[in-house]
Amino acid sequence: MSNEKIEIPALGLAALLRFSWRQLTSMRTALILLLMLGIAAIPGSLIPQRGQNPMRVQELFTQSPGLAKIYDALSLFDVYASPWFSAIYILLFLSLIGCVLPRSFEHFKAARALPPATPKNLDRMEHFTTWSSQGNELEVAQGWFKKNRFRVKVDGNSLSAEKGFLRETGNLLFHLALIMVLFGVSFGALFGMKGEAIVNVGETFVNTTTSYDSISLGRLSNESSLAPFTITVNKFLAKYNALTNAPEDYTLYVTSKKSPESKESQKIIKVNSPLGFGSTNVYLQANGYSPIVTVRDKGNTIVFQGPVPFLPQDSNLTSIGAIKVPDMKPQIGFVASLLPTAARDKVKGGISAFPELLDPSLLLSVWGGDLGLDRGVPQSVYRINTSKMEQIGLQSLKPGEIYTFADGSISFDGITPWVNLQIVRDPGKGFALIGSILAIAGLLASLFGRRRRIWIRVTAQGKVEVAGLAKNAVAGLAIEIETFVNAIKSKTERMA
Amino acid sequence: MSNTSWAYLSNYFIYSAMAVFTLAFFAHAFETAWAVRTPSIATEKSEGNLLVKTFDFERTARTARIATAFMILGFLLLFSGVVARGISAHRVPWGNMYEFSITGAMAFTGAYLLALRKNDLRWLGLIVATAVLLTLGTAVTVLYRPSAPLVPALKSTWLVIHVSAAIVSGGVFLLANTIAATYLLLDRMEQRGGRNAWAKRLPTLEVLDQLCYRLVAFVFPLWTFAVIAGAIWAEHAWGRYWGWDPKETWAFITWVCYAAYLHARVTAGWRGRKAAWLCLLAGSTFLFNYVYVNIWGTGKHTYSGL
Repeated sequence: MSNEKIEIPALGLAALLRFSWRQLTSMRTALILLLMLGIAAIPGSLIPQRGQNPMRVQELFTQSPGLAKIYDALSLFDVYASPWFSAIYILLFLSLIGCVLPRSFEHFKAARALPPATPKNLDRMEHFTTWSSQGNELEVAQGWFKKNRFRVKVDGNSLSAEKGFLRETGNLLFHLALIMVLFGVSFGALFGMKGEAIVNVGETFVNTTTSYDSISLGRLSNESSLAPFTITVNKFLAKYNALTNAPEDYTLYVTSKKSPESKESQKIIKVNSPLGFGSTNVYLQANGYSPIVTVRDKGNTIVFQGPVPFLPQDSNLTSIGAIKVPDMKPQIGFVASLLPTAARDKVKGGISAFPELLDPSLLLSVWGGDLGLDRGVPQSVYRINTSKMEQIGLQSLKPGEIYTFADGSISFDGITPWVNLQIVRDPGKGFALIGSILAIAGLLASLFGRRRRIWIRVTAQGKVEVAGLAKNAVAGLAIEIETFVNAIKSKTERMA
Repeated sequence: MSNTSWAYLSNYFIYSAMAVFTLAFFAHAFETAWAVRTPSIATEKSEGNLLVKTFDFERTARTARIATAFMILGFLLLFSGVVARGISAHRVPWGNMYEFSITGAMAFTGAYLLALRKNDLRWLGLIVATAVLLTLGTAVTVLYRPSAPLVPALKSTWLVIHVSAAIVSGGVFLLANTIAATYLLLDRMEQRGGRNAWAKRLPTLEVLDQLCYRLVAFVFPLWTFAVIAGAIWAEHAWGRYWGWDPKETWAFITWVCYAAYLHARVTAGWRGRKAAWLCLLAGSTFLFNYVYVNIWGTGKHTYSGL
């Protein structure tokens, strides 16, 4: 009795598991999961995502914090890494594996087995044709089947031939290839890395984590796995259309070294042609201008010098930026905008009219007080929190000009372009690519492959009977059987 | 010839194509209306207690042929317009939304004319002509931009491969969509007691279902290829092959919907009406991607030029 009591729930659980597995691997469930995956992908295209547009996410948090908090709780800012999105695709792939693997074994067995025996009554099958025998039909048919690569089973006075296993092979290949793509994506995410760095023309980028403005390493990837290359940015050329102001070409000239010991080589990076170091690629992603300034204090000592990257705001590269000088007393900050080709707009004020440096102008607003850098709160390098500062000057400078304010002076020495380099290592992309190619091949085979059987029998009464069957009701068998019949008739007649 | 004159020539071709499509539209409208509405060519015969009207489509056969001829001429003019546009800019004419639209209209007409070779789809002509006219009308009025060189990100061989595959897929998807919509309309009519007079000449539901499936099955691998080619290009240009950019996301959604449609056709209970709804849904995601993401969307695929 006691044994039974223990066994009942155990049996129930096994049955439940078996039931759930069968439900999960059914076509209907797969179909619903597939549609759910499509629907689940929608919010990520309408709500800004942290991965693609972190600035917009931040904006939403300041504009409507309540809504943003709800979104955040539902992982709506990271849809494609969210638990619910992952749940759907993991279930879908489980369902897929549960469906495809047993089918693969079955198909493997079927492909090695001979076709089933010829049906008794061929006249009940489709494409039935009959004529009186001239002799030798089976022999000739055997030859025709062999030439057309049918697999043939000799069944007494009849032949049973089958062809078109490619359809199911393709179908299975397609689904297995999708698993491979998913593997490639996960592999790349775990072992890869991705980072960005702004580099001024003239500067050198060394591939260590400290050189990056932002870097994200895969979970199973570490800092020591970074390729030890260096890139010196020599020249950046941007060509713009004189009529539409749209960019036409960006070319970046660099000197690169694979490792500290290797030889220098001159390379070109363009938007569609990254520079590769093994599995790591360097991409040209964005560009802008860095005004070069020198700030001096009242005693004429240099307290700040160098290029400061400014952030482009529009297609004419009207750029904003901040020059922070914490080593002065009081601390000094310049809220600035750079106009490559200065112009005036009635509403917006100073703007740029063309993205090239035709008539550059630097608009400065000088602030004195506390920059707030010591409070440990991360700040944008392009903006200054002026809440504890007061404005002490306002000036527009041309290159070469100096502006002297109460606590010191600033000289606008020139402009150098900057480029945003994106550095990516994705060791999984090869798998994803091969998976995709196999998927297309499998898809083509499964959609256009035709599995069909043809039977031929010579009856005791001297009649030849031919019939056929096309699986999945794909058209074209009628024509094939006609060719088959004609071939046999003409050959046996000649032989007779 | 200079770039500007090629651009003008292209515009003339597009305007001429619009005029010819208008003629095709009228011919198709005439064909549809004349066969149905004119009592003199309709013979009435009683069948049981019902009066069944049969119509003589022989009378309009010539108009139908003229309509198809106009469609072919329109296609050729549109083709010339697209080619001239490409010559004027020294590149493939797929740099902004005006160019996508005229090429898309061409692909749609092309898909219709190709399908016409094997199936009598002339009943679709009216819808095709209307859709093409609307697309071209929007293109020349709202979307038109002067011919100009490409932005650096688009300068790649992959532009030709990826965009051509996407445009052809789009043309066939939309054709499948019109057929699925027709299926649903006729299905509803039959549920409510029978087809209207004009609908009697349209094929049976089964034929429509099969035709729709064939179009999707034919073009689904191409769409898969377009997405993969886009991914390879994205890896070259942006450093990642997949980044859930809105355009990519919607291309993925379209892919998933058509995959579901193909599976649904295999599953018995989803054939017919449910499958047609799925097809319509999938086609709508494609259109949404084209219109919404291009014009109002954010992300990296903002090439509309608007």
